[in-house]
Amino acid sequence: MPTETTNDRLKTYRDLARRIRAHCLRMTHDGASGHAGSMLSMAELLAVLYTRILRVDPQNPRWPERDRFILSKGHGGGAVYAVLAELGFFPGEWLKTYYQNNGRLLGHISHHVPGVEFSTGSLGHGLPVAVGMALAARQVRATHRVFCLMSDGDCDEGSTWEAIMFAAQHKFDNLTAIVDYNRVQALGHMEDIIELEPFAKKLSLFGWAVRQIDGHDCAAIEAALAQLPIEPGKPSFIIARTTKGKGVDWMEDTVSCHYRYASEEQLAAALAKLGADA
Amino acid sequence: MRSAFNETLLQLAREDSRIFMILADIGYGEIEPFAAAFPDRFFNVGVAEQNMTGIACGVAMEGNIAVTYSIANFPTLRPLEQIRNDVCYHRANVKIVIIGGGLAYGALGMSHHSTEDLAIMRALPEMVVVAPCDIPEAVAATRAMIAYDGPVYYRCGYKDEPPVHDGPIQFQLGRAITVREGGDAAVIFSGTVGYNAKLAVEKLAGRGIACRLVSMPTVKPIDQEAILEAAKTGIIVTVEEHNIHGGLGSAVAEVLMDRGAGNVRFKRIALPDVNVCKVGSQEWLRAQYGMSPEAIAETIENTLK
Repeated sequence: MPTETTNDRLKTYRDLARRIRAHCLRMTHDGASGHAGSMLSMAELLAVLYTRILRVDPQNPRWPERDRFILSKGHGGGAVYAVLAELGFFPGEWLKTYYQNNGRLLGHISHHVPGVEFSTGSLGHGLPVAVGMALAARQVRATHRVFCLMSDGDCDEGSTWEAIMFAAQHKFDNLTAIVDYNRVQALGHMEDIIELEPFAKKLSLFGWAVRQIDGHDCAAIEAALAQLPIEPGKPSFIIARTTKGKGVDWMEDTVSCHYRYASEEQLAAALAKLGADA
Repeated sequence: MRSAFNETLLQLAREDSRIFMILADIGYGEIEPFAAAFPDRFFNVGVAEQNMTGIACGVAMEGNIAVTYSIANFPTLRPLEQIRNDVCYHRANVKIVIIGGGLAYGALGMSHHSTEDLAIMRALPEMVVVAPCDIPEAVAATRAMIAYDGPVYYRCGYKDEPPVHDGPIQFQLGRAITVREGGDAAVIFSGTVGYNAKLAVEKLAGRGIACRLVSMPTVKPIDQEAILEAAKTGIIVTVEEHNIHGGLGSAVAEVLMDRGAGNVRFKRIALPDVNVCKVGSQEWLRAQYGMSPEAIAETIENTLK
């Protein structure tokens, strides 16, 4: 039986994930913008990362000893903005300016926003940079860790695999890659485009320590990320199985949720279902 | 010139522990001293230029100076998006060094010619673009590049480049260097083809034509005042080992028009807009495209007529 404390923690994660989803649905609705599905699929991952795992300080975003977190799937940046606002890195009001003229928040994640380590938007960029940060950290024996959250589409890019090979070669066990493995890409399902399976086996043969988890199960996410590296002397890879558009029935596991945003009615219904205030 | 670059970088790395070398399996016979001296700051990523550039950016984001290094267009065109999105957008302290600018790799063919680099690198926000013409400029440019906090593209020559400058030089990023005074015309060059421009100007001097010869080692930001000064001769000829589009000649023309100094006779000596598929050495290829000393002299003379 889980202890009361564990239950409290899990409730905190789930509540935060719900609020992230609500923010993302509102932001994409107000901005008439895409990528809601990509944001919804990583809500629990971000909730656990930012509440329990990442050593970050909202009052001092550039704190030198912070853990480095790079979102390589920059199109899902709205979800990171949401969690950063929830944590107090910047005022929640900023979320209303997402995608708006003269707004604070770009459609793709931007380092001009407090708490964002690195800008991405074109896939295949995050992991090489994260590897460079891990290299630099090890060279000065720094204790902070480097995390890179990727999409499965990121793993179509050759540059991602270049970085995978290099990180294993140099045994960067201060580096953790997480894939938001929702298996839906921009034009279809992965099995019809580029099938990555047997993904865990490939990564393992490439020299990484790999764990597969349910990316919506906060307890499983916490358990996996609380014990890093998975194996000393190897970079860690977490394949988090998720559902694109998670939490909104008409979005779940669809290609269209990469593009569509909720109408007024759909937004109200989705927020009601999430239990958030519209 | 590549040896001068590598020796200077090694010397700087002894003085500054922030300097990393991140390269992509190129540099045989040149990079070994750095690798031996600083194994914890030297990384060969394998044949993977995108990763080289991304890693260098990550290293630089942590307060270091990261030098990427390969030949011809390998460190620029293959990872162009990493240079644009990762390095330039974050204004990361990454120095992109190519060996063998222009046609230096001659008979190796077009895959190994770097002939669009100045135009492409010049178009990237935050990027400083340098192309030294001889070893003194190469050494000074290396020091200036490392001292500068931000992205720099460094177009190095290959080997055995003859000196263009007769004496010591005053090198500053963004500043031209006057090689020779003269009032009949001004010849502005960037990079190692400058030696041929120098020989051309010397030939013309023997024929009673006095050319002002200007080295423009920094293509961006370009020295506007030096161009306006050169325009006072009434005739400007630019010389570059680069496609005619977008390089030094274009940059000079932009300044002339923007600054209201377009009322000059103007000629660009550059590679025509073709894929170079002729087989031959750098010097032979230069001659094929009007960049031998004699051909440059003739073009200048024709522009004077």
